[in-house]
Formats: sequence, structure tokens, C-alpha cells
Amino acid sequence: MTEVTLSQVVKKYGQHQAVHGIDLDIHDGEFVVLVGPSGCGKSTTLRMIAGLEDISGGEVAIGGRVVNDLPPRERNISMVFQNYALYPHMTVRENLGFSLRIAKQPEAEIAKAVDEAASILGLNELMDRKPAALSGGQRQRVAMGRAIVRHPDVFLFDEPLSNLDAKLRTQMRVEIKKLHQKVESTIIYVTHDQVEAMTLADRIVLMRDGHIVQVGTPLELFNTPVDTFVATFIGSPPMNLVDGVVRQGQITLDGGITVPVPVTAGALREGQAVKFGFRADNLMPVGHAVEDEGAVYELDLPVTLTEPLGTETLLFTKMAGGEVQAKMFNPRPVAPGEQLRFRLMLDKCHVFDATSGLAVRG
Amino acid sequence: MDRNQSHRNRRRALKALHFTGLFLTMMIICIPGLWIVLNSFRPTVEIMAKPAIWVPSFTLEHYRAMFAGAGEGGVPVFSYFRNSLIVSVTSTLIAILIGMSGGYAFARYRFKGKNGYFVGLMLFRAVPGVALSLPLFIVFAKAGIIDTHLGLILAYVAMNVPFTIWLTDGFFRQIPRELHEAAEIDGCTRWQAFWKVEFPVARSGVASAAIFAFLTSWNEFALASQLTRSVGSKTMPVGLLDFTAEFTINWGGMCALAVLMIVPALILTFIVQKHLIAGLTFGGVKG
Repeated sequence: MTEVTLSQVVKKYGQHQAVHGIDLDIHDGEFVVLVGPSGCGKSTTLRMIAGLEDISGGEVAIGGRVVNDLPPRERNISMVFQNYALYPHMTVRENLGFSLRIAKQPEAEIAKAVDEAASILGLNELMDRKPAALSGGQRQRVAMGRAIVRHPDVFLFDEPLSNLDAKLRTQMRVEIKKLHQKVESTIIYVTHDQVEAMTLADRIVLMRDGHIVQVGTPLELFNTPVDTFVATFIGSPPMNLVDGVVRQGQITLDGGITVPVPVTAGALREGQAVKFGFRADNLMPVGHAVEDEGAVYELDLPVTLTEPLGTETLLFTKMAGGEVQAKMFNPRPVAPGEQLRFRLMLDKCHVFDATSGLAVRG
Repeated sequence: MDRNQSHRNRRRALKALHFTGLFLTMMIICIPGLWIVLNSFRPTVEIMAKPAIWVPSFTLEHYRAMFAGAGEGGVPVFSYFRNSLIVSVTSTLIAILIGMSGGYAFARYRFKGKNGYFVGLMLFRAVPGVALSLPLFIVFAKAGIIDTHLGLILAYVAMNVPFTIWLTDGFFRQIPRELHEAAEIDGCTRWQAFWKVEFPVARSGVASAAIFAFLTSWNEFALASQLTRSVGSKTMPVGLLDFTAEFTINWGGMCALAVLMIVPALILTFIVQKHLIAGLTFGGVKG
């Protein structure tokens, strides 16, 4: 039973404050991903949980025990680093068994635990090699093996996949998810890649400038972003945002297009400047749309650029002075400059206050 | 076709030039050493002969004389060798221990005035050793450690520590922090993390620092000639002076002792060289 609790955790480097009073409850066995742009404090937070950084304020508790001043070795955690941090002078077998040997476990048990971890991760063939003789993906697996060998309470991953090429990254992502299903330990995973966050997480913690912006399941963050930052960070391509003003219960976009308000009218003021947001998946050419229930607004837009992706084509169009992306399902070739009629799924649209960036709901 | 040919010719010409350059450089480096070894096996008349005798003959007379009694041109080779060994090995060990700790601290920790200290250490290297010989002589004389192993060891440690710090700092800097962090998470204390992970990884760097320190002490002449005077503490380079008399220099004997001095250093370098060549294998992290 290992929950990890952060309350009002602060990290200061001299005058500079990197993490501003974070509160977070991570449940036993949960896969939590800390995600955000570089410099948002996600790695610092993870390193504070690991005990590699001092905690300037607040409390970190692992399994109900406050660990603020405990050294890393007394926290029963294990960590996978971005650069793997394998011990270059040891073979794979020695790397895997290192922590148990430090803990003075009997050799027979070490051998058993190492073999078990090796077979989980398919490392049996590589046991006598040194890290220098391994490929990136194999090193990654050894790093994971070293982490699971001890059966720690909590796994910490610090951008473990960012040194791998795209194909391997996808493959290792699946392996990490399988690993989590197998070991059922609590996992805290840091990444700057929203795709990794979406695919791996039970819950995503989206951070910016040392603050938590939003915590929720991947679909919560995708479907109900609290502000424009979350809306543009989560999801690929990022959500389209178009400037507009509230006029007589409708939103008039720059350039004169008027769309019905997709939220309860009462939530908005007359004359309020807003950002009107929708995803590419919700703006589709007529005849190439995924059929969907709900209110639809139709409009004509010129296509400036196309990106065929196979099952769908990404269309770049001009709308209200800005560039907007749309998706064409069952695609046909589209010439740049062609005018198409689009369907905008109003129920899936979002309205954000233009000044605060916060979502308006109702 | 023609242009290919001319490029090929040029490449060949450049290669030939390259090898000629290398050959000349190596000659400049090697010939003095070769001269010493050859002359240690030649009779004195042949060394001094004018015009030079190009085909050397072979004799062991200088070696024989060197190990002979005091009256027959002999010198206390074994005492000198023992002194050199004691002084060099001890000062190297101490310098490595201190220097490695210092290098690690400079590489890993942040502290006030760090850059100042570092520049200071390097400036210390800029002071010529001989310039220190008089002050050192006076201080050592007052402290009563002139003409002792201890005095020489202290001087050599002071000489070698800055360089060792500078060298090991570079090696420790190349080891990613994550290695000791991983070790600490794996259950090590900071101390264990250093000895079990960082030190073995930096071993080749420490070995090369040790060679440098050893060779510096082994070959040092200027300070040793001031700080030692009796058979009980004179090192081999100072012992070479025994072959100079008021009006003559016994070149053959000097060369023979020099060869005895070169051999251990050469052997040691060969042994440790494996470590140097094995090099820094930073396979544990993606570089």
C-alpha cells in the first residue's frame, strides 16, 4: 500500500523558486505522469520525491511516512534516468544485482531476483555484456530491470524514452505499460511529450512554471481543459484557438464569422473578448466527416496546405485571420487554394476568456 | 580521369610528407634517449672520440664500475634507487589521495570561491620550482627536515597536488551525476557510491594522474639537489651529479645510471598504460 503525498511542496534555488507549493495525492498502484514544457518543475518535483534534491518547504510522504530528510536509499524507491545511468564498469548481471548486493542479500537470492527481472524484460541473452555493448533500447531495458529487481514501493521515471528514436520509443512505451500491469506498483513518470502522457497515464499532472495547471485522466484533460495552455498542450495537433467577441448571445470571430455559443449563454458577458477553441477532429469537410450527434455549424473555408496521414488528411485553412487545422476522413486529394464546405461540431467547442485564458463552462 | 589522377597523386604526396614529418619529430624525441642507452654500453674513449665512431662496440664497464666500491668510481646506486622509490611512491600516493578528493570536490560540489581556488591552484603551477628552492631550504632547515625523505615528500606532494586536482577534476566531470544518484537510489551511501561506482569508472583517469605525479617526482632534480645532500636521502637524478668531478664528467657512468633510472619508469608506464588505453568507457550513458 504505497501512496505518495505531496503537500505544499516548494523548491527554491537561492532567490529563484522552481516549484511553488504543489499539492498532489498519488494512489497506491497508480500510474501518474508529470508533464509540461521544459523548465516547468516536473523533473525537480520527481527528484524531490527521490531524495536527490532537498525539499525547500512542504512535505513529501511515501506510504504515509514523511520522507523529507531521508536519504534516497531509505525511501524504497527506484528510478530510471533519462540517460539510463547504467554502471559502465559492470556487466548487465552486475548492474541488475547491484542494489541487492549493497543490501547484502544472499547470493542465491540475488541470482534468483536478477534472473526473474531479466526474463521479464527479455535480457537473458545480454547478461554478460557491458553497457557499452548494448543498443539504446537494450540499455533502457537494463535500466528498467535494475529498477524492478528490488520490488520498490514506488518507481520513478525521468524522461526515460527521450533518448530513443521514434520507433523504439513507441515500442518501449508499450513495454512500460505492460510492466506496470505486471508489477502493479505506484509509478511516477516525468515527460515533456504529451503523447507519452496520454498513452501511459492513469492520471496526468500538467505543470507550468512550477505550478500544477490541471490534474485528471487523459480524457478529462483532452475533453475539458481548464485553460488555453492545457488545450494547446494536450492533443495533437493542438487545439485551434480563434479570437472572437460575444455579441447578442453569439460569438463573432475576427473576420465576421458568427457562431452560436456552445456554452450556456449566462456564463458570458456581452462584449467579452474570448478565444474560441475547437480541435481539428471537430472541423471536417462535408462528406468527409465522422458522423456525430449534436449541433453543427457549416462554413466555407479555403485550404492552404494538406498533410496526408493515410486514414485522414490534415487540412490547413484560414479562418478569422488565423490558421486553423481541420481533419478530412476518408480523404481525397485536395489542391491548395480549393474552397471546401466544413462542418464544425459545436458541442465539442470550447470558449476561453481572452485575458485570463480560463475555460468558460456552463 | 585526369583530375582523379592528379588528386590521387596529391594525396600520395601529402601522405609521404606527413610520414616524413612524423619521422623527423620522432627522431628529435627519441635520439637523446637512444644516445643515452647506447653510450652507457660504450667505452669512454669511444664516446669522446673525434671524429665520431659510428659503429659502436659493446662493454659493460660503466655498469660494473658503478656497482663497484667507492674508490673504483662506484656510486651508492641501491641507496639512491631506494630513496627515489620511497620518495616517489609515497608522494604519489599522498598526492593522489588529496588530489583526487580535491578534483572530486571541484567536479561535484558548489562552494564559495570555487573558481578563485581553482585559478589559484593553476597559478601555483606557474611558479618555477627552482624559485621555491631557497625559501623551502630555509623553512626545511629550520624545521629540521632538510636531507630527509619527509622533506622531499612534502615538497613533491605540494608540487603534484594542483596538477592531480586539475586532471581528476576533468575525469570526474565527464562522469554523469546520474551515476552516483542511481547508486544512492540503489542503496549506497554517498561514500559507497563514490568507491563502488565513480572511482572505478574514473580509474583510468586516476591512473594517468598517478603516472604523471610519479614521473614528476622520479625525475625531479632542481629541488632535490637543494634539499638533499647525503646518501641517506639523495635521489637518482641528484646521484647523476656524482659522475661530475671538478674538471671531468664521466659520461659513460652517467648514462648507465640514467638507464637504470629510465627502466623502472618505463616498466611502470607500460603496466599502467593498459588502463590508459582501456580508456574511459562511458557506455552506461548515451553520450
